Amino acid sequence: MKDFVKKLETIVGEAFVSAEAEERYLYSMDQGTMPPAEPDAVVMPKTTDEVAQIVRLANEFKVPLVPMGGGLVLSGLTRALKGGVVVDMKRMDTVVEVNPASRYAVVEAGVSQGGLKAYLAKHHPDLKHSMPDAPPAATIAGNICIHGSGHLSVLGGFHSDMLTGMEVVLPTGEVVRTGSCSVSPQWFARAPLPDLSGLFLGWSGTTGIVTRLGIRLYPNYRYNDMLIYVCETAEQMPEAISLLTSVQVAEDMTPWMVPKPEWAKGFFHINIAFGAHSKKELIFKRNLIQESVRRLTDTKRAGFLPIPPVQKGRFMQIPSPDLARFADARKGGGFEYVGAMMAIERFPEAYARGMEIAEKFHVTYSLGARIIGAGHAMMFFFAYAFNRADTEDVQRAADALEETNRACLAMGGIPWKAELPAQKEILQQMDAGTVGLMDRLRNTLDPNRIMNPGNWEA
Amino acid sequence: MNAIAFDPDVCKSCPTVDCLMKCQYIAIADVAEARQEKQKINAGQDCRVLHECLTCYACQEYCPNGNNPFFVLVERQEELGLLPAPRPIVAEQLKMMAPKGRITKAPVATPVVNMCAFPMLTGSIRGRLFEGASVITGTDIFCNVMWLHFAKNSVIRERVPMAIDNIMSYYLKDSDVTDMVCFHDECYGTYTTLAKAYGIDVPFHPIHLFDYINQRLDDLADAIKPLNQVIAYQRPCSNRLAPGTDAVLDEIFKKIGAERVPRKYDRENALCCGGVPRAHQRDEFADDLVEKNIADMLDIKATYCVFNCPFCMATMAQEVAERGLMPILVSDLVMAALGE
Amino acid sequence: MEYQEILHRCFRCGYCKFPSNYADINCPAYLSFRFETFAPGGRMWLLSALMNGKIGVSQRLGQIMFSCTGCGNCVEHCAMPDFRDQLLLAFTAGRDVILETGMVPGPVRDYLTKVQNSGNPYGKSGSKRADWRPGTDVAAYNGQEYLFFAGDVGSYDPRGQEIARSVAGLLKKAGVDFGVLADGECSDGNDVAMIGEQALFEELAEKNIKTFTDRGVKKIVTLSPHAFHAFKNLYPSLGGEFQVFHYTQLLAFFLGALSFQPDAETTRVTFHDPCFLGRHNLDYQSCRTVLSVLPGIELVEMDRNRKNAMCCGGGSGNLFTDMISGGDDSPARSRCREAHAAGATVMAVACPICAVMLEDAVKTEGLSDKLQVREISELVAERLAS
Repeated sequence: MKDFVKKLETIVGEAFVSAEAEERYLYSMDQGTMPPAEPDAVVMPKTTDEVAQIVRLANEFKVPLVPMGGGLVLSGLTRALKGGVVVDMKRMDTVVEVNPASRYAVVEAGVSQGGLKAYLAKHHPDLKHSMPDAPPAATIAGNICIHGSGHLSVLGGFHSDMLTGMEVVLPTGEVVRTGSCSVSPQWFARAPLPDLSGLFLGWSGTTGIVTRLGIRLYPNYRYNDMLIYVCETAEQMPEAISLLTSVQVAEDMTPWMVPKPEWAKGFFHINIAFGAHSKKELIFKRNLIQESVRRLTDTKRAGFLPIPPVQKGRFMQIPSPDLARFADARKGGGFEYVGAMMAIERFPEAYARGMEIAEKFHVTYSLGARIIGAGHAMMFFFAYAFNRADTEDVQRAADALEETNRACLAMGGIPWKAELPAQKEILQQMDAGTVGLMDRLRNTLDPNRIMNPGNWEA
Repeated sequence: MNAIAFDPDVCKSCPTVDCLMKCQYIAIADVAEARQEKQKINAGQDCRVLHECLTCYACQEYCPNGNNPFFVLVERQEELGLLPAPRPIVAEQLKMMAPKGRITKAPVATPVVNMCAFPMLTGSIRGRLFEGASVITGTDIFCNVMWLHFAKNSVIRERVPMAIDNIMSYYLKDSDVTDMVCFHDECYGTYTTLAKAYGIDVPFHPIHLFDYINQRLDDLADAIKPLNQVIAYQRPCSNRLAPGTDAVLDEIFKKIGAERVPRKYDRENALCCGGVPRAHQRDEFADDLVEKNIADMLDIKATYCVFNCPFCMATMAQEVAERGLMPILVSDLVMAALGE
Repeated sequence: MEYQEILHRCFRCGYCKFPSNYADINCPAYLSFRFETFAPGGRMWLLSALMNGKIGVSQRLGQIMFSCTGCGNCVEHCAMPDFRDQLLLAFTAGRDVILETGMVPGPVRDYLTKVQNSGNPYGKSGSKRADWRPGTDVAAYNGQEYLFFAGDVGSYDPRGQEIARSVAGLLKKAGVDFGVLADGECSDGNDVAMIGEQALFEELAEKNIKTFTDRGVKKIVTLSPHAFHAFKNLYPSLGGEFQVFHYTQLLAFFLGALSFQPDAETTRVTFHDPCFLGRHNLDYQSCRTVLSVLPGIELVEMDRNRKNAMCCGGGSGNLFTDMISGGDDSPARSRCREAHAAGATVMAVACPICAVMLEDAVKTEGLSDKLQVREISELVAERLAS
């Protein structure tokens, strides 16, 4: 390993390689409950060429590589399960191009969500990208590669749906492009070519290292508003979601069910965000949304919370620090969630199971969802806070998460960015042909199986 | 349960039916129709008014006989289960505004200012205007009059005596204080008009903020630097429970050089701020109210839009400011005139 | 260690790395090194690991801990309201733990040794503290309204001495009644305290407090925001109660006493907020007030200003220890690029440490012909009517 580290230093410079105990410790885990797995070293490349050199070197030495963006996945996907080197991509932080006419941006893999947001605010204030609920340090590339979702997901689907192309260093060191940029100088779409981007989406860094990618941008409205729909039972939610999405006005819809504050406990809320170029248009859109569920609100079983304009700001903050603050719910710096992609009609069942599990394990919970597309699917999350300093509490949360993962699969859902135990559950339930194909693809792309080994292994 | 003080015979023989005829929100063709609606209400029957009522309290003021028409209407809404707002919204607000038992005994001294459920505004109690004031606040002393907007007289009957008891036993009694300044019209209306109508005993002496300020301005007369500004006043629904205090506000405005130029939607014709209709799921109607109010204020070329109700201010302030008016509370306007 | 109870509560969400709009990395050490270990969250987790025996004290840990400049960006932007105010205190406590093991990085050890032995980080005699004064007519302190405290950099660094002379000269012209001490002073100890050497800090502070008290000092005007912070916020708990001002606060107040030349050619000036005047003491205005009334100055803001200002990288002794190290992305070089990008030809500073750090960085960055670093009193002085 010493020789390997020395050679890494010649590629990226001495300052950006470390095999010190401190880096190995910190990069051995993330904020979630998965146990640490220490890398032998950490490297921080600055260019695609450096990444390619690192990958070729790793093949030569048969050293595993674990690509990492913001490191905020919470489910332990950037742990070096079989040792090797964590490739921290955050030095590749250039916004390469913004095309306002075709509304896309090309960014390097280390560009953070906050970084692109700020860049667009300064240089292209009429454009925005879909921000996940992760802290601003999360990277665009990492989030897209795990099929993330965010504040424009009703409008544009999963963040991976917003991808327009990629530059990837293959596990064997070749640099390839997918999407229009493989033919054209422009990065406008993945169509009409064979969609090779799929080889790198949802694979948890086992098929290559993404070095830059194109993403869709959307109009950044001058006027923005939000509504909070509330109803009394989980059974009412699928119909409400269906109606609210049917007018196709919302940018984002996020149901939430929380035990605190006390007044909200037992009620079912949906935050609905929308924007417009003018106040008139904004009110028109609000009316459309409200009318969509008029037959429900007229029964008095549901309605929209009256929120004074001055209090709406905190609901419209993107990203919201409230998410990070949930980690301190037990004064312990930890939370993790099962986010399961599910059919929307499963909402009541998912809620009921979530409550059962929270009660069974006595965990501090927050349940909610993000609607994907015009009511096409949802990411239902079961978040549990824990005290990092209390090993029993961490274990309790881990057990609750594992049971939740199994419950989601039983409901026909699929855990998102699944922890290792959940990956194994998914693979067990997966069509055998699909599992075989995944394995064949990995063997083809990565004959030495050096890419984030341990993940997605049947 | 105490019945609301109400004389059906007086109502029946009323020649004008002002309570409905003057209503700005419900279209009534003539006195005959108004009387018919009133008879249905009084008889406990479902009728259009019970559904269309904006719950603005104005009929309490319009009634020439002091016969509590609005309190009776709310009673009927609740009896008939005619909720103006969706159930989960009312249920959440009931929990949000419930007494939390977080109150602790504290000595107080005159003037005691009751900030009701607006702890975020305690910073307004400052300067010479409120020199030496003891501030009390929190949901444990919430006046609960808001339930008139939600057909919940039962909650008023349950919680108002609790609030009164808390005010006495946690603050006033041990300090041997009987006077309490009500920062919000709602509290004053609760502990005067409403309590009387509902047969609830009030063992302390509520003082309206306007009376308190008016008195203080006499004490601080030398410090007043007249503002010499045109103001528009957004009279709140709860002032309908104490309409006499509006004249005191005129005295205050006069003393501080704030010119309350006549406008269409002031005084008896005051229009709702639009907050409650939104809870009733009538946003478009609320938009219309806000627009009428602000256009009217702009017509008289007001500089300030003055509020006494913090809820009206929260509802309208942003829009008011965007349209070029400065939103401000009465107490802050007075403090500005005192150079603070 | 003190504040150990908050270490595990950090989620490492990373808000602490950025300014309010997330545009750039705003943690000096993280910008320089880029490993997660050097971000505030990394330090929290490593200290937690140290206390739990999962890692030991090492040279690398020393580098990680002592490269923090104490700029306060993390405190400003941390998402956790319940313990954000304690972040820097926890880092200081962590450094104290490392100091106690004796495994202290060489430059830090040398810094502390010099302060211990000489009362200043230059290792020079205390008797030379007033060497900046020749050529000025600054009086010795003898009961004047203010004591002027030039501090370590103002007393010993050649550039710092220039600044001290400039500020003192200007205060005189503005009619401020002040004097300086020729003996009895030592380092204000602010950065020693930040490093975690509390005993040495107390020794320094007590010496200064005794001197000031014995001489009847009531009001102090400081050259350095670091001394301003120490006197204002750290000395009172040790019995040192003085009215303390940074010189720019007095300048802002006494500006009316000065008359300026008629408008000259306009210069685009940007202002670099010193951490210990801005984030630590919330005075973002005094310096801007001074600059805004100067003729021939067009004040332009850098993207990162006020509570979002980027540190020069010199705090917590880093001017001397250079634990944060150079490199293309050193905070000072990053700041110079930002000033240049803002279209400024002058970057105004109000701290001698910032002046030294940024002047070096302008040269390294190759911007010498495009950007000058000027201290505020110098900008004022050259515009005075003769």
